[in-house]
Amino acid sequence: MARTRAILIWAMLTAAVGVPLVVAAQSPLLAWRQPVYIAAGLSGVAALALLLVQPLLAGGYLPGLPPRRGRRVHRAVGVLLIGAVALHIAGLWITSPPDMIDAMTFAAPTAFSHLGVIAMWALSTAGLLALLRPRLSARAWRAGHSTAVGIAVGASAGHALLIDGTMGPLSKATLCLLAVAATGRVLIGLRVWRLVQRRTP
Amino acid sequence: MLTATPSRRLLLAAGSAALATGAAGLVVPARAAGLPPTRSMRGGSNNYRPGAPIVSRIGSGGFLMTGTVRRAGDGAPLPGQRIQIWAHTTEGHERDPHSHGATLTDANGVFRMEMPQIVPAFGQAHGHLAFDSEGFETVFLRPVMSSPRDTRLSADFVLQPV
Repeated sequence: MARTRAILIWAMLTAAVGVPLVVAAQSPLLAWRQPVYIAAGLSGVAALALLLVQPLLAGGYLPGLPPRRGRRVHRAVGVLLIGAVALHIAGLWITSPPDMIDAMTFAAPTAFSHLGVIAMWALSTAGLLALLRPRLSARAWRAGHSTAVGIAVGASAGHALLIDGTMGPLSKATLCLLAVAATGRVLIGLRVWRLVQRRTP
Repeated sequence: MLTATPSRRLLLAAGSAALATGAAGLVVPARAAGLPPTRSMRGGSNNYRPGAPIVSRIGSGGFLMTGTVRRAGDGAPLPGQRIQIWAHTTEGHERDPHSHGATLTDANGVFRMEMPQIVPAFGQAHGHLAFDSEGFETVFLRPVMSSPRDTRLSADFVLQPV
């Protein structure tokens, strides 16, 4: 039973991550884009997919990756995620510098640009806190990383959903929903608010 | 109890009617002062290339960009005004020189440009238009297509004399 369950969970995760990537890689829009723009877009899709993997690793929800081992992988995937976002931004910058300057300065006409930049800063904060973790109190670490991650996932989902791009609408909506649900579930499961709550008796 | 529903509906209807009247009332004085000039849209000037050549059409066509050019205040149509157009299309990126072209308005202040199909880029299927000639203030527009399958797009200019 446990084995069947494990296979099922991994199969579902592979589909949730793989299907949006395959759909995006077959988008007709790619025919009219330069390689650097295509790479930038797909890096964004990959980053979105990793946002679903991250909470599952942190919470130890994946079979074969219990919390301690899961978190080691979580750290490695975190580096990968930040790398994917960096490629996404760099590729878009090369494709159209004025559009990226507008986005970064919150001067773009599109709401998804604002959400994307908010997600970028939140994700950078989450990563920076992970680097500084040895110097942080348990309370500061938990409150900070959880808050930053919550903002990053929420803003990323909004960013992706508002974009008319290479992702398929159905696989995109499913991936966003799963990432938000998994992040919420893990934050609640870890009872991240408890350390913050104890401070105020 | 039954009277609660119609009365709430009545209240909503009366309320929105009052709001609509208020909004219309606000519009009237602006109209009395004359046709206001079109403001540049955010991001309108992105990937602009000054001095795009006047062309009979951009690329091999298939998509139609249209619009009007009028003078602020009296709304008079402005003939012979140069409008520059560019977009991400099936034939090139916004930055490519061959994605850019200019056209002149006719006697009725109307312009039409055949261009390749616009495809979504940077999250939206959109076009860019510019007026940056002498006599009127520069305006950059960035209209968005309601569907990426649309085969035409329009944008209107109301120019402020300088």
